Amino acid sequence: MSAFLSYLIHGISLGCGFALIASGIIIIYRVTRVVNLAQGMFAVVAGFSAASLLDAGVPHVLAESLAIGTSLAVGVFTGYVAVGRRGTSSQASLIVTLGIGIFGYAVELLTWGDQPRSFAGLAGSFELLGVDVPKQDLLVTPLTLLVFVALELFFERTYPGKAMTACASNPYAAALQGIGVRRMSFCGFGLGGALGGVAGVLLTPLHPVSYDSDVSLFVNGFAAAILAGLKRPVLALAGGLLLGVAESMVAGYSKASYQSSLALLLTLAILIVQATRRETLHALEES
Amino acid sequence: MIRVEDLSVRYGAATALDGVSLSVAPGEKVALIGANGAGKSTLLNALSGMVPTAAGTIRLDGRLAHVPEGRQLFADLTVDDNLRLGAFRVRERNPAWIYEFLPELGRLRGQKAGSLSGGQQQMVAIGRGLMAQPDILAIDEMSLGLAPIIVQQLAERLSELNAQRGLTLLLVEQSARVALSLCDRAYVLETGRIVTQGSAAQLTDSPFVVAAYLGSPVQGAL
Repeated sequence: MSAFLSYLIHGISLGCGFALIASGIIIIYRVTRVVNLAQGMFAVVAGFSAASLLDAGVPHVLAESLAIGTSLAVGVFTGYVAVGRRGTSSQASLIVTLGIGIFGYAVELLTWGDQPRSFAGLAGSFELLGVDVPKQDLLVTPLTLLVFVALELFFERTYPGKAMTACASNPYAAALQGIGVRRMSFCGFGLGGALGGVAGVLLTPLHPVSYDSDVSLFVNGFAAAILAGLKRPVLALAGGLLLGVAESMVAGYSKASYQSSLALLLTLAILIVQATRRETLHALEES
Repeated sequence: MIRVEDLSVRYGAATALDGVSLSVAPGEKVALIGANGAGKSTLLNALSGMVPTAAGTIRLDGRLAHVPEGRQLFADLTVDDNLRLGAFRVRERNPAWIYEFLPELGRLRGQKAGSLSGGQQQMVAIGRGLMAQPDILAIDEMSLGLAPIIVQQLAERLSELNAQRGLTLLLVEQSARVALSLCDRAYVLETGRIVTQGSAAQLTDSPFVVAAYLGSPVQGAL
């Protein structure tokens, strides 16, 4: 029972990270119709940046905030390269994001080396029903929920949020109203970068980050995003949590190495199920 | 005021507009009539800066709002949000006056725009255009797919705006009947060129227009 509880708590934290990655993928996809293959890189950059800043003596919170700011900037840069040129097709942009992801490897290797890095998050642990729970785990879930509430409020209640939704809904009509669709695309990439950054700074204390961590982060985030039909960030939260808990259980009860296989298997299953659903096909046709 | 001189627009090798000149004075109601593919929508898209021009000049005095063909609403957003987004370029974003002017929209304000009927959607599209507080309202194929009674209602509201606020109207229509009954003047566009123009009365009597666009003599159209 105590093992189960500890796997569950661990899985929820992991799932929160996946959900944050997924929400970034969804937001970028909605505005630009591009699946951003460099989404995992944002988390890696933020994780490394936070670790370096903390090593340099920058205090907590400030270091994490700066790291998120860095990934936001990387997000805007990615957007600029991927969709900055008028008339670039979604397919071309998709490949560009893949290229940026690989370019990111090189930059990360040069800057931070090939060893996994981590940093101490919230220190200490406390006991819950006989299980030692790291305090960092307890930080991850509420902060993630807070981010999702903020996202929901942004898209449902604010004018810029609605303008962004308008670009997703009908770019031509949005442009007719004077909404700069390209600028909104950069905003979408920036927001996606920041969300990836939040995932990075929350997860790195629990799972050391290395230059190639982005692949598994992307695969899991993408699976959660597809589970949400690439529509609403909030739905991705459910998808992310489901994946995180399932993988944590598999890793706990069998072999840790099965975890990534499970992620890929689940992704495959979700893709097959979703691909045969009419709504997804419709959404892809529209793009 | 709109003044277009020798305007040409090309899509790759295809010429959509070929040396088009036209002018619309403030407070006028002018129609652009033509069949599918004549270049009417291209002309509106050029006026609103949505397509690059290959040659010629466009002069616009005042703000132009373009209500596009097929309404092009933000289907996932509510009527209220659609209207508010129409005011993206201006400060005043409260659609209260639109609800006063088009009371039916007030009742629909919380509904998703995609769930409305064609006539209601056209009303939202026009309302969204008006939210930009335009001096010129350009409407592409307002009557397409709508029942004549709905078209008549919309036409009456637009005439009111024209009379009361001096709103300039530029109507792009396949339906010459609707266009000539609502507007003072019209241009007839064929394969990217203006082939004839005149007052509504002149065109209604013109054998060429009757044969090509009206089919039979008009008697109190609408």
